[in-house]
Amino acid sequence: MAVQKKLTEISSSKKDAKKEEAKEPVKELIKAEELAKKQREISVAEFFAKNRHLLGFDNPRKALLTTAKEAVDNSLDACEEMRIPPDIIVMISPLDGKEASVADRFLVSIEDNGPGIVKAQVPRIFAKLLYGSKFHTMKQSRGQQGIGISAAGMYGQLTTGKPVKITTRISSKKPAMYYELHLDTQKNEPEILKEEETKWEKDHGTRVSIELEARYVKGRQSVDEYLKQTAISNPHANFIYFSPESQKIDFPRATKDLPIEPKEIRPHPYGVELGVLIKMLRNTKTRNLQAFLKQDFSRISPKVAKEICLKAGLAETSRPSRIAAQEVDKLFKAINETKIMAPPTNCLAPMGEEIILKGMKKEIKAEFYAAATRPPAVYRGNPFQIEAGIAYGGELPAEELVRVVRFANRVPLLYQQSACATYKSILENNWRNYSVSQSKGALPTGPIVIMVHMASVWVPFTSESKEAIAHYPEIIKEMKLALQECGRQLSVFLSRRRKAEHEAKKKSYIETYLPHIGIALKDILSLKEDETKKVEKHLKDILEKHRGEP
Amino acid sequence: MTNVLGKIKEVAGDIHQKILKKKQPSMTFPLRILNNVKYDPKKGFFELLGKNKIRTLSVNTVKTFAQTLRMMAISKDLIASDDMATKREVYYVSKNWGDARFMEQPESDLVMDDIEAMFMVNREQLGFSADEHGGDVAGELVVIDKNPDTKKVIKIDCTKFGSGAYSIPTSVEHLEFETKAKFILAIETKGMFERLNRHNYWKKAHCILVSMGGVPSRACRRFIRKLADEKKLPVYVFSDGDPYGWASIYRTLKVGSGNAAHINEFFCVPQARFLGITAQDINDYKLPTHPLKDVDLKKIKDLFKNDPFIQSHKEWSKELKLLEQMGKRAEQQALAAHGLNFVTEKYLPQKLKHPEKFLP
Repeated sequence: MAVQKKLTEISSSKKDAKKEEAKEPVKELIKAEELAKKQREISVAEFFAKNRHLLGFDNPRKALLTTAKEAVDNSLDACEEMRIPPDIIVMISPLDGKEASVADRFLVSIEDNGPGIVKAQVPRIFAKLLYGSKFHTMKQSRGQQGIGISAAGMYGQLTTGKPVKITTRISSKKPAMYYELHLDTQKNEPEILKEEETKWEKDHGTRVSIELEARYVKGRQSVDEYLKQTAISNPHANFIYFSPESQKIDFPRATKDLPIEPKEIRPHPYGVELGVLIKMLRNTKTRNLQAFLKQDFSRISPKVAKEICLKAGLAETSRPSRIAAQEVDKLFKAINETKIMAPPTNCLAPMGEEIILKGMKKEIKAEFYAAATRPPAVYRGNPFQIEAGIAYGGELPAEELVRVVRFANRVPLLYQQSACATYKSILENNWRNYSVSQSKGALPTGPIVIMVHMASVWVPFTSESKEAIAHYPEIIKEMKLALQECGRQLSVFLSRRRKAEHEAKKKSYIETYLPHIGIALKDILSLKEDETKKVEKHLKDILEKHRGEP
Repeated sequence: MTNVLGKIKEVAGDIHQKILKKKQPSMTFPLRILNNVKYDPKKGFFELLGKNKIRTLSVNTVKTFAQTLRMMAISKDLIASDDMATKREVYYVSKNWGDARFMEQPESDLVMDDIEAMFMVNREQLGFSADEHGGDVAGELVVIDKNPDTKKVIKIDCTKFGSGAYSIPTSVEHLEFETKAKFILAIETKGMFERLNRHNYWKKAHCILVSMGGVPSRACRRFIRKLADEKKLPVYVFSDGDPYGWASIYRTLKVGSGNAAHINEFFCVPQARFLGITAQDINDYKLPTHPLKDVDLKKIKDLFKNDPFIQSHKEWSKELKLLEQMGKRAEQQALAAHGLNFVTEKYLPQKLKHPEKFLP
């Protein structure tokens, strides 16, 4: 998002500059226009090409992950939007005949059963940066800025020169289409190299293939791990993964129920920054300030609108575009000084405790699972909802630090764990309260996986590559509360288990040692066999009766 | 000798009856800790107070309960067949008990001590014997023993071991003595014992040297007691100048221990007096020292708080306080700093001129 913001700011400041310059003498104007021309030459695509790390293409290993991730996120969003249970095939193969571990070029193909893409849209979706349906909406979705998949395509193009290849079909009545696309990095426009009808067994769906320079390394930050975690957070989806080592790994669907579709909301006034406010004032279809406030934001009633105008010292009838240029500061201040109802929360689609449990049980072999979904809350005008899950025991390693699995709008976050709000909230919880060991200032230790999910119309990431959630106190507080709920459940489980173990131990204790009392008494008192048997039987009764007594 | 066999059967019989009545059986033992002893200097040994621990059969005690009974069964067999088994052997016998076996010998020793205390007898009366070294003897003493096979009387002259020594057997009740010595010198370390023995110091001082080798074993304590009682000999103790030498070694020899309180009466040497090394000696003889360690300081504190022997002898309280103040300790072999023969030529002769100054 921040890239997008920066870019819009660049362009809007250009415009501002022009307008302000207009009042200046002509000579200056010419200078400024020349400057403006120069500035325009920095295309979005070029900017990205030079700053690929901002979008998660810092190194070849990460590039592989980011490419697969962007494509899968898109597929999931598309399927859910059309209420289709996603069937997604991920195929990654090393090129140039090399082994997966040494190859430096890979082909990444992601195929879904989504709605497909209409002819006119295909080139722009896959080969134009910042083209997408998601940026302009205040709605919970995986992708946010419409930059991901085309960035992946461009990365492939930059490193291998190969085009992005797309096969898509929107219905059985229409033919499937095959495309090969290039991105003109200067103009940020798609170039269609090939466009033809093709045969495809699918009725609808999309397949995108990108060839890129990359490395395949297993571990916590690999495509394998990403898919595993995605399967946890999306148990309604079915994944088939053909790994670079040509293994077929299935992540089967655990539920037919699709996540509830989140509602789109208008922005809440508290969450709007000055720059965004200016943009909104300029682009609004409304004709006066009161209508603008009422219609372009959520939670502003006529009465609240009036109050804001009064506080700002602005007429309710002022033209929004005029305010954008001159009095926006006053308006911005007034908005933040006015008490406004919290935003609606029906825009959120949390996973829900049941789905969290299903997802974890499917992918993590443990003995005990707990989940907690918090009620919605708000940070800076943005509604959000926190959920947590805990898996304990089973095949999880007992002596290691717990594993943290982080999700933002169901998308796994694999990098920058320690910079994330989830990490901070886990650290700040006192896990010893739940009989889990924890060294000071460290993650707890034990056979545990801790999962935290943040659902929000706008997840605040610490950086542009969407890797860590920012440390808003409201968010951390909710995370801690969710973790505490899970922790309490875990604690109950652990104490029950300890009790059961204790009971079992006692029982085996009795059975192990009672016969020896019989033998000793038989030796000392020369008891007969049946007398000894009687002693043992009586002893058992006595001990069972007094079990639990000291 | 008390009828131990009868007692074992009695206790087992009671337990059996309780079980038949479906009641929780229990065993009663006197508590074997310093807290449960009193010290009367007139009687001269640690006596048991009445505190008991009762081991009632329950889930938590079932293992020890079974082990105690099984060890009583071993004892019964040993007594019946007039045999003996060492503590270590008993530990190995338990290896036949399956899950009830002892994992380490200290566990089986503890159960054995419990049984001893329960019957208020010495372990030898139960048919058990110690593995520990009894102590070494050299000097003007003839020990009269019997050949174990032929029962023929053997006279052992303790002056005739050369640079070696007579070794105290684990059971000493049958021994008799002939001696013209004037006193018994009980020595903490084997090293010091050997130095004195090499110089035939016993000849010069007309005494009997006994090496205790650290805390004296029961056999060693009983041997010295029997010898001192029968021959009316004074007993002088020569140990390191530190809390361990004074309280663990000297005190145990003289009045017994908390752990063996049930038999202290016979396994103590109330006539023993302390020759050295005292805190005063460290100053008087300018002995090389080591600083007191944390364990030493802790021990001193503990003695003041818990040890009835130290508490009833002002001299010892004073001595410990002095040592605490000095913050130093000295080993008996530190005397060698003044020459290897300093101990035989100066230190002991000077000390022995004033036995009345020995600490109680």
